[in-house]
Amino acid sequence: MALREKNNKPNSLKTNNLELGTQNMKPETINSNFKSEEYQINMGPQHPATHGVLNLLLTIDGETIKKVEPDLGYIHRSIEKMCERDSYQQIVHLTDRMDYLSSNINNEAVCLAVENALELEIPERVKVIRTIIGELTRISSHCLWWGVMGMDVGALSTFFYGFRDREMLNDIFEETCGARLTMNYNVPGGLMLDIHPNFVKRVKKFVTHFKTKIPEYDRLLTENVIFQKRTKGVGVLSKEDAISFGVSGPVARASGYSCDVRKYHPYSALDKVTFNESLKTEGDTFARYQVRIQELWESLSIVEQLIDNIPEGEYRVKTNAVIKLPKGEFFQKVETARGEFCVYIISTGTKSPYRLKFRSPGFSNLSVLNHIAVGGKIGDLVAILATLDLVIPDIDR
Amino acid sequence: MSYFSDIYKGIKTLLTGMSVTGKYFLTSRKGAITQQYPDNRATLKMFDRFRGEVIMPHNENNEHRCTGCQKCEIICPNGTIEIIWDRGIDEETGKKKKKIDQFVYHLSMCTMCALCIDVCPTDAIIWGQNFENSVYDRTKLTRVLNEPESKLMPGVED
Amino acid sequence: MIETIHNWLYSTMPQGVASIVEMILIALAYLGFFAIAGLFLVLMERKVAAWFQLRIGPNRVGFYGSLQTMADALKLLSKELTGTAKADKFLYNLAPYFVIISALMGLAVFPFTKDIQAFDINIGIFFLIAISSIGVIGILLGGWASNNKFALIGAMRSGVQAISYELSIGLSLLTMILITGSLQLSEIVEVQKNGWLIIQGHIPAIIAFMIYMIAGTAETNRAPFDMVEAESELGAGFHTEYSGMKFAYFFLAEFINMFIIAAIATTVFFGAWLSPFGITESIPWLGVFWFLGKTLVLIFLMMWFRWTFPRLRIDQLLTLEWKYLLPINLVNIVIMALIVWLNLTIKF
Repeated sequence: MALREKNNKPNSLKTNNLELGTQNMKPETINSNFKSEEYQINMGPQHPATHGVLNLLLTIDGETIKKVEPDLGYIHRSIEKMCERDSYQQIVHLTDRMDYLSSNINNEAVCLAVENALELEIPERVKVIRTIIGELTRISSHCLWWGVMGMDVGALSTFFYGFRDREMLNDIFEETCGARLTMNYNVPGGLMLDIHPNFVKRVKKFVTHFKTKIPEYDRLLTENVIFQKRTKGVGVLSKEDAISFGVSGPVARASGYSCDVRKYHPYSALDKVTFNESLKTEGDTFARYQVRIQELWESLSIVEQLIDNIPEGEYRVKTNAVIKLPKGEFFQKVETARGEFCVYIISTGTKSPYRLKFRSPGFSNLSVLNHIAVGGKIGDLVAILATLDLVIPDIDR
Repeated sequence: MSYFSDIYKGIKTLLTGMSVTGKYFLTSRKGAITQQYPDNRATLKMFDRFRGEVIMPHNENNEHRCTGCQKCEIICPNGTIEIIWDRGIDEETGKKKKKIDQFVYHLSMCTMCALCIDVCPTDAIIWGQNFENSVYDRTKLTRVLNEPESKLMPGVED
Repeated sequence: MIETIHNWLYSTMPQGVASIVEMILIALAYLGFFAIAGLFLVLMERKVAAWFQLRIGPNRVGFYGSLQTMADALKLLSKELTGTAKADKFLYNLAPYFVIISALMGLAVFPFTKDIQAFDINIGIFFLIAISSIGVIGILLGGWASNNKFALIGAMRSGVQAISYELSIGLSLLTMILITGSLQLSEIVEVQKNGWLIIQGHIPAIIAFMIYMIAGTAETNRAPFDMVEAESELGAGFHTEYSGMKFAYFFLAEFINMFIIAAIATTVFFGAWLSPFGITESIPWLGVFWFLGKTLVLIFLMMWFRWTFPRLRIDQLLTLEWKYLLPINLVNIVIMALIVWLNLTIKF
């Protein structure tokens, strides 16, 4: 404030000399957004750390962040509106394009919602395969996140190690359904294809391979003193704030808010497996990092429990060619790699929904950014962004 | 005293990190995970379920299995498939029967969601493994899948 | 051969002209050699990075990609030089030359072997420390003049970093000067005929070497101290707005600076061109091989740092310097002084 007044002095002197009075001059209206010591900088939409077309309008004092304003909408495709036009089979493939790193889990959510509405009995085989692929998707997403997290804090080699392991998973997906990222493997009523004969063998190979690699992740990055200094105590989010901002997923669990949908509302075969919800109470960037690394172990154990006993049976239940949901409202939530993903369908009994709402985890997780990044340095913001693990198409939809 | 133990621990963790990358450096000769793409064209084989492009297989008599039921056209979310059809007289039974004139496939609009292939009752269209789909002219991405003068394979019904 | 050229020059021309011509010839030889050495280091960095990262690295241009950086340099030469409209044109264009010239000047004093040393002044180490700080002015100018906020942040970081770490470099070298008693590089090498300084000075020398390598990495603005560029934070940092050959100057200067830092360490800690245990003492020209070999090993160490460690934050960078390196360094000097005073150095 003091500096701004000093800057405005020449003006006020002039007006005093001319006896015009200073009432008409309202220095507050000029630059009312930030003080004169501060400056604004556009981080994104083309910036390496925002992982997509996210624009962050930063107000900075030197290196210290005073305000972060996310500017969304660069990749908005009005998916929810498109869903009102599409049939229920077609909606599934659109969810691939939202959180593309957990595409199979998104697919599953829509399919579960439709199946619940139709009151279809889904075979056990389908449930188990869906859960296995869902957990593999989570591992794949966390692998990518780990690589990119390392890269964001400056350790460039982690990216390749993360992608090496992710590549094995992508091969499994590609062999199973033909696509590596936007899988569209689930259909209302089951799966599009039965699993490939090599599936079990490949998954087992991956599990043994990956068990030796997570300790390596720890030795390379987690234990590194520079990394710990960069992340510990940075971007602390308290449990109360996590709940009030509607944060979900690993970000919320790092703040001690137990919210794993897989635990509280188990879907598919998740009620048959035992796993621990990874919880931390610190709420800082390092806790978020640790929660994700723990989730890698948990997902691996879920896969291990299921892979040996995939029940025989149908991989798909016959549905009508044109699926018409009964009149009413249908809701399903699942746990993607980023948090709680919800599908809310209002049907009037026609072949497409009257209104369909997706609750994406990334949007709520992004909303805490201004709350936890203020007061930190630019480097802290990058680390926080990395552990929020945003997928921009998920935010914009 | 924690000052010195901090330094000791710090240096130790840094050396641990260096040992990880150092191990990869020493085994780099056999450890490269990247594919030398245009060089390995001959050996690069995609998985049999790989979604490259939609193709319509023809047998040696230039016959396909598409009856022109248009289920794929209806299920496609993007209007990728356009079937231009006509009613022709079946030579054997003498009845009027739907038959395709052109099966137009707009690769530029396709999202590879596999719904059309999933829904096809006669397996007339399948996935092709070709992934090198780049062309210099956008119009080349609009393809007619059935060969000229091709006919419906006898015995294929909806 | 050098002797014959020298004699021929002085016999055909007046003495003043001859010495100027000789200086120019030496300068050109150095310039040519280090332009190529810089390109080689870039290639080495790319290959080393690739091997750390499970990749193959450049392998298309030339034998196993050996001409890749040559091709890159040609590309950069032919590229358009763009700039921002509101840049301070004079300073903007001046900055790259500051950086590259200061980098090249530092090379003059290194003793590659007993005979190949362009400029043997009695304050060699001091000259090197002085010269290496000038490059920072270029970075500051470039970041300031290009009228870009990211570049400005990068430049300011560079200023902070250089002021802090210059101290550590100076003090860690000073520790070693206590043994040699001379700043002249040729004399420093002479002292090491009784064993390399890192062995002569044992524990304090090893501590000094570690501090020197950390500070040296920071001095060259390389990861984990690449606050100046910090591509995940600032895009490209101070050279965001530079393109073409001006960018190449910054890039080349980084690698030549890396060479200088490693070469100083070689000279001061590892006996410059002296072979281990004097195994090739009878063949003097092999000294070049030893000098470059040791330097490359140290450069590899810096590359290893870069591709392993995460980046520090700017305030942690300063904490590391002022709370850890500087106090340790000061204590280390006292210990070294005691060791030299009590004659506890190890000599062969």
